[in-house]
Amino acid sequence: MSHIPHRLEVKNISIGYGDKTILRDLSFQIPHGSRVAVVGPNGAGKSTLFKALVGLLPLQGGQIFIHGEPLGSHQDCVAYVPQREEVDWRFPVTVEDVVMMGRFSQIGWLKRASSYDKQRVQTSLSQMGIADLAQRSIGQLSGGQQQRAFLARALAQEPHILLMDEPFTGVDVTTQEMTLQLLEHLQEHEVTAIVSTHDLNLASSRFDYVLLLNHRLIAFGKPQDVFAKENLAQAFGNSLLVMENGVMLVDECCPPESEAK
Amino acid sequence: MNWLLEPLTYEFMQRGLAASVVVGMLCAVMGTYVVLRGMAFLGDAMAHAILPGVAIAYILKDDLLIGAGAAAIAIALTIGFFTKDGAVKEDTAIGILFAAALSLGVALISTMQTYAVDLSHILFGNVLGVSVGDLWLIGGLSFAILLMVVILYKPFLVISFDPVLAATLRLPAEFLRNLMLVLLALTVVVSVQTVGVSLAAAMLVTPAATAYLLTRRLAPMMIVSALIGALSSVIGLYISYYFNIVSGSAIVLTATLFFLLGFIWKRLRKA
Repeated sequence: MSHIPHRLEVKNISIGYGDKTILRDLSFQIPHGSRVAVVGPNGAGKSTLFKALVGLLPLQGGQIFIHGEPLGSHQDCVAYVPQREEVDWRFPVTVEDVVMMGRFSQIGWLKRASSYDKQRVQTSLSQMGIADLAQRSIGQLSGGQQQRAFLARALAQEPHILLMDEPFTGVDVTTQEMTLQLLEHLQEHEVTAIVSTHDLNLASSRFDYVLLLNHRLIAFGKPQDVFAKENLAQAFGNSLLVMENGVMLVDECCPPESEAK
Repeated sequence: MNWLLEPLTYEFMQRGLAASVVVGMLCAVMGTYVVLRGMAFLGDAMAHAILPGVAIAYILKDDLLIGAGAAAIAIALTIGFFTKDGAVKEDTAIGILFAAALSLGVALISTMQTYAVDLSHILFGNVLGVSVGDLWLIGGLSFAILLMVVILYKPFLVISFDPVLAATLRLPAEFLRNLMLVLLALTVVVSVQTVGVSLAAAMLVTPAATAYLLTRRLAPMMIVSALIGALSSVIGLYISYYFNIVSGSAIVLTATLFFLLGFIWKRLRKA
């Protein structure tokens, strides 16, 4: 599949739950191997967009193409690192088990893991600095370690597109730095990373593109273009504060409405 | 040693022992998913919901398993009918049908002359009444269900642990969830003869909950759970033989004892 450009193309999609539309008429194209930050206020539809991109939420309209083919025609080229609340941490699996799950569709659902699969799992664990935790129960790990386990799983999946939902929220500095390093590593391997974050400064300093959302696409492009005053005002209204040195702060204390799960 | 071998000189005891060990293991393995996916209420409801079918089969002197199977299918379809398009919430529908089916079953049984004995057999099992035909049916169905659990180990693991990964891996999650419910219903049906309608739910939950305390991974949890299920069945049956207690109660009480021991062991290790 390597000769086809790794490109994600979204054409006029609308997404929502039941009769309610959360994101309306979204269109953008992401070139392969780029790092994209998805930014917007609480309830803007960031998680909703991710759920649609992995095929978890049906589209109300429009189309998504990966490598020029409609979503769903590829087995496993999209990996997703879920938000912490979406996983059952009391489940009896070890860290190694979790990472091995990323290999399941390559292994085949009825076959045993090959030595290559096992080696992929070990490499991914080492890369995220948790090789020594392989035999621990997933529930015993700290929040940051758990996130690294899920990043290792995403690596083991060898995806073309990696989606991460709020990986910088509520984690330690080591995990944050490892996640950023992983993004650089992935870029070298031409893997597209799409990451939602509340941290506008991180989005402008460590990403190639920014996707600014608030129930619709407000802007998509290079960070310096997207973070223009009028765009930010449209997305965040009065809750945004831009300091004189360029640091941006969002007042998150009173979200207008919480995002429907 | 004689006290161990003596009960086995009776053929009905041999059959009873074989049936309860098979059912004990089957319930324990399916029970791991019941415990991990929080389906205990559903398992309990399913077990009680098949009471009318069992009662009718009992009155007609027909095979209990056939009555139970028919009732399980009827109840699953009825739950689907009421919850279609979100008209009634699923746990509400289960709650209503569970109570209705239990009442209907007891009402049917109360028309019988030997009311007390019959009700006790249906509710708590009559493992000593297992015929050779029953044993084949129990064995065959159990083998088929366990085979499915082994074949579908990875898909069931993924849909239970991380439904989002299941979606990215393009697993037919909805189909697999329904299949798991069918396997659960069949397990309940198979266990009616040995532990009875009201104790089947206990055999689904208790050994698996004990194994959860003792293990850290899914496959070992299933194996330990199966061992506890089998051991509870054997010990329970001997207790039933020597102390003249209803077999189903003895088996469930033994399983509960294992759970308490496991719980204490876990507490002591933490302390």
